[in-house]
Amino acid sequence: MSFLCNVPLATIVLSLFSGVLCTVISGKAARRYTLVYECVLTGLLVALFVHVYRNGSFTYVMGEFPAPWGNEIRAGVLEAVVALTFMVIMGCSVAAGARFVSLDMDESKVNLYYALLNLMTAALMAIIWTNDVFTGYVFLEILTLTSCGVLIVREIGRTTLAAVRYMILNLLGSGLFLLGVVFLYDMTGHLLMVPMRETAAELAADPQGLTVLTLSVGILTIGLSIKSGLFPFHFWMPDTYGKATPTSASVLSSLVSKCYIFLLIKIYWRAIGVDVMMHMPVGNILFVLGMLGIVLGSVSAMRAEDINRMVAFSSAAQIGYIFLGIGIGGQEGYTAALFHILAHSVTKSMIFLTTPRLAEVSEGNVAFRYLQGSALRDRNAGVFFLVGALSMIGIPIFAGFASKLLFGLAALEHQSDAKLVLTMLALAASSMLNALYFIRTVIRIYTPNPAVRDYRRRHSAAYNIPMMVFTAANLFLGLFSWVAVRLIQLGLEQFV
Amino acid sequence: MLENLLANYEEAVAVILFGIGFVMLLFQRNLIKKLIGLNIMDNGVFLLLASMGYISGRKAPIIADGVQSTEAYINPVPAGLVLTGIVVSVSVTAIMLSLTVRLYKRYHTLNLDEIYILSRHLSEDR
Repeated sequence: MSFLCNVPLATIVLSLFSGVLCTVISGKAARRYTLVYECVLTGLLVALFVHVYRNGSFTYVMGEFPAPWGNEIRAGVLEAVVALTFMVIMGCSVAAGARFVSLDMDESKVNLYYALLNLMTAALMAIIWTNDVFTGYVFLEILTLTSCGVLIVREIGRTTLAAVRYMILNLLGSGLFLLGVVFLYDMTGHLLMVPMRETAAELAADPQGLTVLTLSVGILTIGLSIKSGLFPFHFWMPDTYGKATPTSASVLSSLVSKCYIFLLIKIYWRAIGVDVMMHMPVGNILFVLGMLGIVLGSVSAMRAEDINRMVAFSSAAQIGYIFLGIGIGGQEGYTAALFHILAHSVTKSMIFLTTPRLAEVSEGNVAFRYLQGSALRDRNAGVFFLVGALSMIGIPIFAGFASKLLFGLAALEHQSDAKLVLTMLALAASSMLNALYFIRTVIRIYTPNPAVRDYRRRHSAAYNIPMMVFTAANLFLGLFSWVAVRLIQLGLEQFV
Repeated sequence: MLENLLANYEEAVAVILFGIGFVMLLFQRNLIKKLIGLNIMDNGVFLLLASMGYISGRKAPIIADGVQSTEAYINPVPAGLVLTGIVVSVSVTAIMLSLTVRLYKRYHTLNLDEIYILSRHLSEDR
């Protein structure tokens, strides 16, 4: 077994250790340590990716207890790609949002913030790698607790209230997920995904077994869709993302909610089996909810009065896209969903890191009427917002275009005409609405406002370099989408 | 139908408890009552796990008197899961209680609707 096989476990254990370490060092040291640590982790993940790409996926048995009993970690191409993307986004968000972190909280608590981010990394990595459904649940709860933590660090009343509402919905979701896991364990007798899938296939052959299996999978799916913010459970998003410190908003919207969906896809493919999933109505329900989420999320975004609420509601619409892909089903649908997870993570984290800069040069106000001309006062942030907005609308060469194309192609491959028509309608409506509210915002921030005094911001590399990484990733996903699609397909083939 | 329910009364009670807790967590406006609901919901799941894991007539999985047959003992995994679940539930409750204290200190009420209205009127919160 190659040395690199230890990397998945190392990412979890080292992140837990870093979390503890950050609690005892100063805030400045914690920030530097976290950045360096994330660079090291990114390097390790690149090496791991090359390894699994060449040699195929591997399973890491914990404590040497073989398959039906022990706990396992599994790494394949798809897990490596998602982990690597998440790690890069995490590192860039930490670097670009560092200044706001020190502005938003007391200096003595900054190290605790980085401790939370490291613990969150551990939970994200564990959910990506795990091959055991119950381990998935445990780290899901750790992820929920740390995301609540990164929300409440900004001590104003609204963030506490937002955190409480976020927690309540997440706890409802976790409860349902746990109940679903317990039902599945009850019926199959396994917690590891592969033995569970074998038993589930036997159960599904019997109509009564299929009904009970559908019920369990349904409960589990509702749980995870509440947690990731699928329509109609998206109403916590604006307060949560809008009031958090920028790094938290970026991490929560692009990593945490996507991680839940990744776990859901992994369970569908590895613990239930896509063949069994075809016989369940779960996909159709997700398709309808996803479509409603796309349209109503965009409508809410249009009606928003400040930029943060608009971007947060647009996140709700994008979560709708991902579930639409899962609802279309088949390898094409899941590929589109997974591609959109990557594309939207890269885009949305970038937008959430530009809006506070634009607000900063507009008397600290995020309402649209104050933002007029802000892109002229802070040119870098303006350009980065423009890139993000173009990607969200779906202009070719940006990532958003590639994912919309993939959704369209997936719907064409699907046999059902109703789904094809509905997908196309949803794509058209959403692109138009996206264009309306993003172009409106871009025009507003580029319209000069003589009333506000013009002052130049000092440009710092700590902000510009991570944002350039985001732009590069966005363009890469847009121009070379076939590379990502090929990797995702390879990963999905390894899942079975 | 009814016989099935009676035969599996532990599971039925567990699911009813889960339902009660779930509805309380979702619809109660008082934060403390919400938290009580959360704990009832979690305990429903733990009851389900514990009752499924127990087979009457068998012993706890600790080898005693040299009996090594698996027929003599129950499966230890559900108990392990319940313990893990309890730890998770305790920590989540602790965090939620601390948030509740913070909100109460600021707004002097536990009612979420009132807190929401108050937070809209306090200018420093915006």
